Amino acid sequence: MTRTVAIDLTVNGERITASVPSRLNLVDFLRNDLGLTGSHVGCEHGVCGACTLTVDGVAVRGCLMLAAQANGCTVTTVEGLSDQGLSTALQAAFTKRNALQCGFCTPGMLASALAYVNAGGTDDRDAIRAHISGNYCRCTGYQAVVEAICDTIKEART
Amino acid sequence: MFSVMGGTMKAPDFDYLRPATLDAAIALLASSDGDAMPLAGGQSLMPMMNFRVASPSALIDLADLAELRGISRDGSSIRIGAMTRYAELAASAEVMAALPLFGMALPHIAHDAIRNRGTLGGTIALGDPAAEMPALALALGAKIELAGPDGTRVIDADEFYLGYYETARAPDELIVAIHYPVALSDHRFGFHELTQRHGDYALAGAVVARTAQGHRVAFFGVADRPLRLPALEQALNTNPDVQSALHHLSAIAFTGDVKASAATRQRLAAVALTRALQGMTQ
Ligand SMILES: Cc1cc2nc3c(=O)[nH]c(=O)nc-3n(C[C@H](O)[C@H](O)[C@H](O)COP(=O)(O)OP(=O)(O)OC[C@H]3O[C@@H](n4cnc5c(N)ncnc54)[C@H](O)[C@@H]3O)c2cc1C
Ligand code: FES
Ligand code: FES
Repeated sequence: MTRTVAIDLTVNGERITASVPSRLNLVDFLRNDLGLTGSHVGCEHGVCGACTLTVDGVAVRGCLMLAAQANGCTVTTVEGLSDQGLSTALQAAFTKRNALQCGFCTPGMLASALAYVNAGGTDDRDAIRAHISGNYCRCTGYQAVVEAICDTIKEART
Repeated sequence: MFSVMGGTMKAPDFDYLRPATLDAAIALLASSDGDAMPLAGGQSLMPMMNFRVASPSALIDLADLAELRGISRDGSSIRIGAMTRYAELAASAEVMAALPLFGMALPHIAHDAIRNRGTLGGTIALGDPAAEMPALALALGAKIELAGPDGTRVIDADEFYLGYYETARAPDELIVAIHYPVALSDHRFGFHELTQRHGDYALAGAVVARTAQGHRVAFFGVADRPLRLPALEQALNTNPDVQSALHHLSAIAFTGDVKASAATRQRLAAVALTRALQGMTQ
């Protein structure tokens, strides 16, 4: 019947049409079919946050969305983050604060953090920690990530 | 949530169907002999398929069904379409004003990225015993509107949760909307849950609604389903001191698992109820 689905979407500003297996999830489509390997895959059940990316302006789990469901959507991955509000400042702050080591969590962490700063999140550390609680990092211990997000918010104010 | 059985983390194959109307969606469900499943936000169904706890022959994506959208107020009741996402609930001034408990509970449900996709209808339909929204529906006395091949019916939330992930919904029925009584100025609400980490499922949680009719108290995370204890509510109506009501908790068949034993859960339920009552809206 319909075990492949025709989709038409925009990824990092580029229009893409494709025929995908119905069971293919969005992050696998981006990585394997489009070669956008910036989004990472950890747990594949929504817990670790490594696959977090932006669909129609909001952060979502790329492993919990079918490529078929992205038909008609606008998708932004870490490769296309450059002009998303405070993303340049945020990436600079991550570098300055050493908020990444192995980098596995970083694309998802940036997508979550960007949603927070672009939505006008406060520099309250507890609020930042609560917001990124859905993104696991096995290297940094989170402190540097919290500092980087804090810096970005404070700098944007000045 | 689910235990990993080893092996693959990919979903089994299925047909993906995206009907344009409620009638078409119900016809697809009815013709599948129970093998097809509705897909809402996918925030529970996708993990269930990846773990192969669910292996539907077809997914009926509800994304295009206008009948399942929208928030409307009709006098003393507010109707919320099943496909309303958590993030939309939190952003709705109307919902926040009519249902103070939603504002108290929503920040505890998962994380932003999941709240951006997960829907009210999805969590109500799933009936996860540790989920917040089914317990809110019980405490508020919500009504669930279902549509099936024989038409529409409305069922009390009190009648909806039958057992472990078991509800009164037939496989060929869809939840269309949930109806909640709007909070009046003399209503008071309390909510508290205990988790291992922020956004995790609750080890125990309590939801309290106090109206002129008395208390309604629902628990989640404690047993095979969300539940109310009428005897405990009665006790609170006659004596507001929570200590005098806590012994009624032993009527619950508490869950014991790797996260907490049944005895621990009973203590946590007592703590959750005590704190929910201490933190009642003023
Ligand atoms: C990491 C993580 C943490 C989470 N933490 C929490 C938490 O703390 N608390 C909590 O409550 N939830 C939590 N969730 C689950 C989340 O709330 C889900 O979004 C929700 O349970 C299901 O909503 P959905 O729209 O995604 O439904 P789906 O996953 O699409 O569907 C869920 C089930 O309901 C059925 N269904 C969906 N819509 C309808 C309808 N309209 N009519 C009939 N059947 C329908 C589906 O067939 C399926 O069986 C978490 C999820 C993840 C991945
Ligand atoms: S891979 Fe998607 S949340 Fe872990
Ligand atoms: S930098 Fe290695 S997991 Fe976060």
